[in-house]
Amino acid sequence: MHGYYGTYLTVVVLFAIGAAIVGGAFLANRALRPHRPTPEKLTTYECGVDPVGEGWAQSYVRYYVFAYLYVVFAVDAVFLFPWATVFSAKGYGYVTLGEMFVFLAFIAAGLAYAWKKGVLGWV
Amino acid sequence: MTAADLVIVLLGVVAVGAGVLVVATRQLVHAALWLVVSFGALAGSYLVLTAEFVAWVQVLIYVGAVVVLLLFGIMLTRAPIGRSEDLDSGNRIVALVVAVATAGVLVTTLVRGFRSAYVPIKDRVGSGSSHTLGGSLFQTWVLPFEALSVLLLAALIGAIVLSRTDIGGAGPEPEEEEPEPRRRPAAPRGTVARRLGTARRRATPDDEDTIVLSRVDEEI
Amino acid sequence: MSETHVLAEGATLNSFGHDPWWIIGLKALVVFVFLLLTVLITVWAERRIIGRMQLRPGPNRAGPFGILQALFDGIKGALKEDIVPRGVDKVVFFLAPILAAAPAMVSFSVIPWGGVVSIGGHKTPLQLADLPVAVLLPLAMASIGVYGFVLAGWSSMSPYALLGGLRSSAQVISYEIAMGLSFVAVFLFSGTLSTSEIVAAQAHGTAFKVAGMTLHTPSWYAVLLLPSFIIYIFTMMGESGRIPFDLPEGEGELVAGYHTEYSSLKFMMFYLAEYVNMTTLSALCTTLFLGGYRAPWPITWFWSGANSGWWPVLWFLIKIWMFTFFFIWLRAALPRVRYDQLMKLGWKVLIPVSLGWILFVSVVRALRNEHHDVGPIMIVAAIIVVLLLIASFLWERVSASEAQPEEAEAAAEQDPMAGGFPVPPLDAPHYHGVGNGRAPNSAEATRA
Repeated sequence: MHGYYGTYLTVVVLFAIGAAIVGGAFLANRALRPHRPTPEKLTTYECGVDPVGEGWAQSYVRYYVFAYLYVVFAVDAVFLFPWATVFSAKGYGYVTLGEMFVFLAFIAAGLAYAWKKGVLGWV
Repeated sequence: MTAADLVIVLLGVVAVGAGVLVVATRQLVHAALWLVVSFGALAGSYLVLTAEFVAWVQVLIYVGAVVVLLLFGIMLTRAPIGRSEDLDSGNRIVALVVAVATAGVLVTTLVRGFRSAYVPIKDRVGSGSSHTLGGSLFQTWVLPFEALSVLLLAALIGAIVLSRTDIGGAGPEPEEEEPEPRRRPAAPRGTVARRLGTARRRATPDDEDTIVLSRVDEEI
Repeated sequence: MSETHVLAEGATLNSFGHDPWWIIGLKALVVFVFLLLTVLITVWAERRIIGRMQLRPGPNRAGPFGILQALFDGIKGALKEDIVPRGVDKVVFFLAPILAAAPAMVSFSVIPWGGVVSIGGHKTPLQLADLPVAVLLPLAMASIGVYGFVLAGWSSMSPYALLGGLRSSAQVISYEIAMGLSFVAVFLFSGTLSTSEIVAAQAHGTAFKVAGMTLHTPSWYAVLLLPSFIIYIFTMMGESGRIPFDLPEGEGELVAGYHTEYSSLKFMMFYLAEYVNMTTLSALCTTLFLGGYRAPWPITWFWSGANSGWWPVLWFLIKIWMFTFFFIWLRAALPRVRYDQLMKLGWKVLIPVSLGWILFVSVVRALRNEHHDVGPIMIVAAIIVVLLLIASFLWERVSASEAQPEEAEAAAEQDPMAGGFPVPPLDAPHYHGVGNGRAPNSAEATRA
């Protein structure tokens, strides 16, 4: 349990303990809970109305656009992190600052475009 | 063979196996989930190779963002529960040949290119942090970094143009899309009408879907 | 307090990776027990505090002050019949609650909840694991948690659940961006992504000289980087999906959102996920902005031992509980926002403001590194910010006064027969309890 792998092993240990607790809980739940299914119980809940049709609805295009924006900005944030850590070190300074300004300017242009197109609003 | 070697081989098997399942499964959403497993195994391999930052970015971007985008895309069109029989393509053989050929080219290139470049993992510990990555990114690889921003911008605009031709501030709007403030939608009333509405909702699932549900609430 | 003393007590990256296996196991177990206990106490405290705020007693029967209520509710809930509706995707339906609950717990592993202490003769930091990229872990885990929502919604085979799942995940991913951006300013100042070192970096403010006097900048990033802190508070609310941002569970709109079809232990997992998430987000905020486990300044001023031994655990718990109380307070005080307001806040306010703030902080930092005087820049920036605020305020006023007559007109010409059914307008008198022109009939009541 030393060094680099040791640290990650710790996270794995946490995961294993969590899995054991969750697994144990589900086993206990299975053993102790009642199980009396009836056809009415097994229908999906639609506010007292019998479900009609397939049960899944197609979603709304806006969700997709927001997911797309998320990808773009997640990439953006991920580049900001290493930049932020090296920024104040020796040998960086204005040039690094300018580089990030250019990068962010492009991203901000994308955001402004989305804004103008009315993508950022809902309904 | 050290424990690290063993782990990386196992992760590789998981990644490739999950990748095969992505194309082999007959359930659309499960394919996306197998992709998550594949990306996760890849992130694990990065971790074993001490590239910590890249590994977590792999989880953050690929597992957290790209596959969520795929899932949203699937649900945008249709995401049936259970097996879809029409997922097969007639190009099975061609696809297999192309896939094997691509993999062959990549593997040969990597093996031939890095055969003698052997670095013991012990010396690499700590080199995967954001410091080293930021150092090389902002000293050596500035141009690709800036080019990436242009790529992201282009992709963003492309996605907006493709997906938002119907609604949007700039383009001419169709008359019936004009939002009428405070005008209630033609939401069905009463139990019977609501049942009809349920059926109608399934037939034309679009943005009205959300609105109908939320308006129903406002009335109560 | 001398410098060396502080360094001896605080953990850094080098303090990790020297523990024997039993200490690691112990710490992992403690994390779980702590989280589960915190959830139980939070649920109880929430009901008691909200009860008090609403002038009613809250649960007070089970045990002293009703403290066992949450435990009994949990046991009862977990032993209910587990109903799996027909036609759901059984594997995904089972996996979704686990995917929702597990990541929040794993995130907690990088949270420092104390300095270096001695357990059984071993010096060990009170933190399960620290990585050079530790802060990425909670972010990555939050993005895995999204799967819990979207998959629960999809696999339930119910339109309410699907819409709830999509809403929930769109909300979480929108706020996660702003959350990541709010961290950047912290990294700019601490120069590291490791949680223990971020805490160490908040031990002392940097000294600077003004008019011959040596002053210290405030050491907590919550003070030094106030806008980042405020943005984080907003995103914390959005990420946890609690009031005022609990739209995924807008019960009038979506029944219960993504967990509509869940029951028994699986539902309890979602419940657990919400509260663990709350604790983890509070702990992360404490670590990044409130100096982590370190004692607040008035205490360190007269008590030099406040940061030694096991005391930091106390400060850490106090800070976490402040946030938890804040969550509960908001729930009692605020109404739920609309979904378009939520998205507007996330994308049109939080993200642009964080980007601008990052640029400002980095410019100031660059100038200070080059030993320029940052005073004039601060003044100019303050003037610009004030002007922007005034401009946006005026803009809101102008656009509001333009929009108002339209809205009034629309309300006036509202057709009660719109849609072919006679319906009262939304602002009908009985909504406000005056006039009582038309009592809501039973058909309306059942529409809930």
